[in-house]
Amino acid sequence: MSKQLSFDKIKSHPKYAELISKRSNLAWSLAALMLVIYYGFILVIAFAPQFLAIPLSAGSVTTIGLPIGVGVILSAIVLTGIYVYRANTEFDELTRDLIEEAK
Amino acid sequence: MKTVRNLAALSGGALVALLPGLALAAGDLGQTQQQATNWHAIVMFVLFVGLTLAITYWAAKHTRTASDFYAAGGGITGFQNGLAIAGDYMSAASFLGISALVYGSGFDGLIYSVGWLVGWPIILFLIAERLRNLGKYTFADVASYRLQQTPVRTFAATGSLVVVIFYLIGQMVGAGQLIKLLFGLDYLYAVIIVGVLMIVYVTFGGMKATTWVQIIKACLLLFGATFIALAVLFKFGFSFEALFAKAVEVHPKHGAIMSPGTLVSNPIEAISLAMALMFGTAGLPHILMRFFTVPDAKAARKSVFFATSFIGYFYILTFIIGFGAIVLVGGHAEYLDATGKALRGGANMAAVHLAHAVGGDLFLGFISAVAFATILAVVSGLTLAGASAISHDLYANVFFRGRSNEQTEVMVSKMASLGLGIIAVILGIIFEKQNVAYMVGLTFAIAASTNFPVLIMSMYWSGLTTRGAVTGGFIGLAAAIILTVLGPTVWVDVLHNPTAIFPMKYPAIFSMPLAFLATWLFSVLDSSESAVREKQAFEAQLLRSETGLGAEGASAH
Repeated sequence: MSKQLSFDKIKSHPKYAELISKRSNLAWSLAALMLVIYYGFILVIAFAPQFLAIPLSAGSVTTIGLPIGVGVILSAIVLTGIYVYRANTEFDELTRDLIEEAK
Repeated sequence: MKTVRNLAALSGGALVALLPGLALAAGDLGQTQQQATNWHAIVMFVLFVGLTLAITYWAAKHTRTASDFYAAGGGITGFQNGLAIAGDYMSAASFLGISALVYGSGFDGLIYSVGWLVGWPIILFLIAERLRNLGKYTFADVASYRLQQTPVRTFAATGSLVVVIFYLIGQMVGAGQLIKLLFGLDYLYAVIIVGVLMIVYVTFGGMKATTWVQIIKACLLLFGATFIALAVLFKFGFSFEALFAKAVEVHPKHGAIMSPGTLVSNPIEAISLAMALMFGTAGLPHILMRFFTVPDAKAARKSVFFATSFIGYFYILTFIIGFGAIVLVGGHAEYLDATGKALRGGANMAAVHLAHAVGGDLFLGFISAVAFATILAVVSGLTLAGASAISHDLYANVFFRGRSNEQTEVMVSKMASLGLGIIAVILGIIFEKQNVAYMVGLTFAIAASTNFPVLIMSMYWSGLTTRGAVTGGFIGLAAAIILTVLGPTVWVDVLHNPTAIFPMKYPAIFSMPLAFLATWLFSVLDSSESAVREKQAFEAQLLRSETGLGAEGASAH
């Protein structure tokens, strides 16, 4: 089977559209979430730093700023984990099926 | 000392003292005093060099083809590549600089760590797998995929080389200062040792040797930082509250170290810096190149997950280390200079003194050797990326239009590594006494305004044409450089003019959107025949980027 034919078949296959839309939905949503978390953190620091100075519990020196800051770091790890998990299972499977069916 | 002054400026409430901190965090260590020769450190560093040279010897025997040289034959696993990326990205200065920032200002150090990390998820979501599916050895392969090779590769190679050279200057000067400080070696010898070793690794061992140097360095750095952090927590019964309470008690600023200080007081500057860090990471040629060392898109994704985890974990450790230094180093006369206020050897010594406080002379030697190894790993990656831009993009695809022989291309790449190494040493010597604090900010601003816009538009926008990519990219490059030069960091701090022409230290908030806008505008205005063909070719490119069909070295589907 020629390469061109298989390309055309893939392009018109419904699973190709499904793959593109599913992946781009997930990728852009997670990217937007990361931007909101990070720029939100920066804006709170810039405009409401006193919020981050609130003690974690009455009498403690640990402020809520610390778990929030560490939380931003952890959110980056968790969001990449979510993407990798879905891409390496669901999307890769979809890609395999698509290529198989378009042969 | 400049670094001390920088920290003083930071804590003294300068309106936006972001740059000194940024410089601390990523490259410039300022002028340092030469210390007594540190034999523990030298013995351990010699062991590291012996090991990495043995690996280079092994790698040289297994480096035959261009793919071996540029991409380690595509045989690196996702986990290994994740470690290597972390090794490429975690610089000695980020270890010493961020812990020093925490030591000086507490919470503010955390703001930096976060900025250096959040580019990674964006790379994963938008770039990594498409890059792997479309490219071969350099990001120019992707940018020029459906566009005209000669102009686009020339542009991309220029963007890569500018970033590599600026980054190398910062690293070489930082290396010389750091080694002078930690090992008691003369600046000149330090710079030459770094230059010679990086030339040997890259020229003989190519990407295989570079990758393993980075992996070993990442393991050593993560081990060393973990050990220090655990030792600190052990002293406080693994209670963060107890550690923080003691830190607040002994730190001159007391409770203020537990919340944001003066680091981010101008939101526009803060966001501009944040943009440069986030999107600049996604435009660094030596980072992008690492995605071609893995066999497929699946491994490329995994490598970002592991890299993000290791880098994030490392930044959390540096935070604990900074607080540990407040308690165990600050106020201890043996670690302070004659005035009894500043740290002996400068503010960046917080983590190094802490290593001594928790692990004695031997562990101090270990941490110093790790810092040296760290610099080597970073400069090797940069040199290889610069060499591949010269040999793969300029020599093989621009001058010989893809008709050159693979063996000559590798040969040219080795010559280019040698040349870049020599240039790096010379620039390191020239810039010894210069204030290079702006260099890292400039590098990230250029990467975010030059490489990143063109790369992302080539992947996502069918309307991109050669004219748009090249014009828009060069406008972004010019804007980032000109605005940095006219801004306070160069115009005032380096050129000693009274006031800056451009008021901001970080230009990315203007230069990056400008690059996108120019790329878009010159693409839509381009109605040439080739532009029509380029737009039509997008569909085939999209198919390959989405499915991996036809990707270099991809496993057969």
